[in-house]
Amino acid sequence: MELNDEQLERYSRHIILKDLGVEGQIKILESKVLIIGAGGLGAPAALYLSAAGIGTIGIVDFDRVDLSNLQRQIIHSTNDIGRLKVDSAKNKMLAINPDIQVKTYNLLVNSSNIRSIIRDYDFIIDGTDNFAAKFLINDACFLEKKPYSHGGILRFEGQSMTILPGESACYRCIFKTPPPRDAVPTCSQAGVLGAIAGMLGTIQAAEAIKYCTGAGELLVNQLLVFDAKTMNFRKVKLNKNKNCGLCGENPSIVRLMDEDPPVCELKK
Amino acid sequence: MKVTVNGKEQELQSEKISILKLMNQSQVKMPDMVIVQLNGEFVEKKDYEISFLKEGDELEFVYFMGGGGI
Repeated sequence: MELNDEQLERYSRHIILKDLGVEGQIKILESKVLIIGAGGLGAPAALYLSAAGIGTIGIVDFDRVDLSNLQRQIIHSTNDIGRLKVDSAKNKMLAINPDIQVKTYNLLVNSSNIRSIIRDYDFIIDGTDNFAAKFLINDACFLEKKPYSHGGILRFEGQSMTILPGESACYRCIFKTPPPRDAVPTCSQAGVLGAIAGMLGTIQAAEAIKYCTGAGELLVNQLLVFDAKTMNFRKVKLNKNKNCGLCGENPSIVRLMDEDPPVCELKK
Repeated sequence: MKVTVNGKEQELQSEKISILKLMNQSQVKMPDMVIVQLNGEFVEKKDYEISFLKEGDELEFVYFMGGGGI
């Protein structure tokens, strides 16, 4: 693959980066990233990955744009209310960069469809808002050997970790099983500062680009946690858990299952 | 006794204090939402009450965070 004049100009700020260069940009253009959830985290991630020129971006969401989404889901506009999120997202992504392919999946991931969806991609971004989906994505990525970025936000806080399946600590190494139903407040119940979604979604986008180009060091075996109230950022070191039910020494999870339905309140 | 909780050093008054007691003191409101690491090792929930802290221990309370999408 060679870059044409327009691409050289469009991606010039990447190309002059010592760690990327033309070669890195070509890797980006040849990469395939799947974003699960076109919401708070998925919206900024999708915009930056499109702008960066990720060659194929898949975006999964079953929902339609609602007025209460617009405080943080910046890929959607006021005149998109009522539209499918995946269609609204695709429009904005192609408007930023017609150089890319966008594939939309208007569905809810579950144990029977997720493996065949993620199989086509190099890197997955978890932008979902509930634990059933987070555990499902973790398990599916492990079984399909797909690296992915975990992200979670609540109120003023966020957390993220990149998982290289089988090599680095996975989500289950830390959290084992979903918390008891309703023990954990979701964003719709507890609130979330819109800008936090942007902070975390762009961290996830940066991890995807680092993975695709090999630049820098991935956020593996450590959970980045931040609190926007104090702007404290910390990395908590976490090693693989030998008792992990998925990637430990005696795994009990060998196939996918659907956890309890999402604890989030679904929109009418 | 000094211990470090989520990167911050704390002076504990009591010499014998369990993880559970510290969680209560630290106002961890919902223990179900928290995973505990003591000196880099995960601690089972059933052991919170019988794991006692010692000088210099490093403790992490890691919270479940589910928000992000929809």
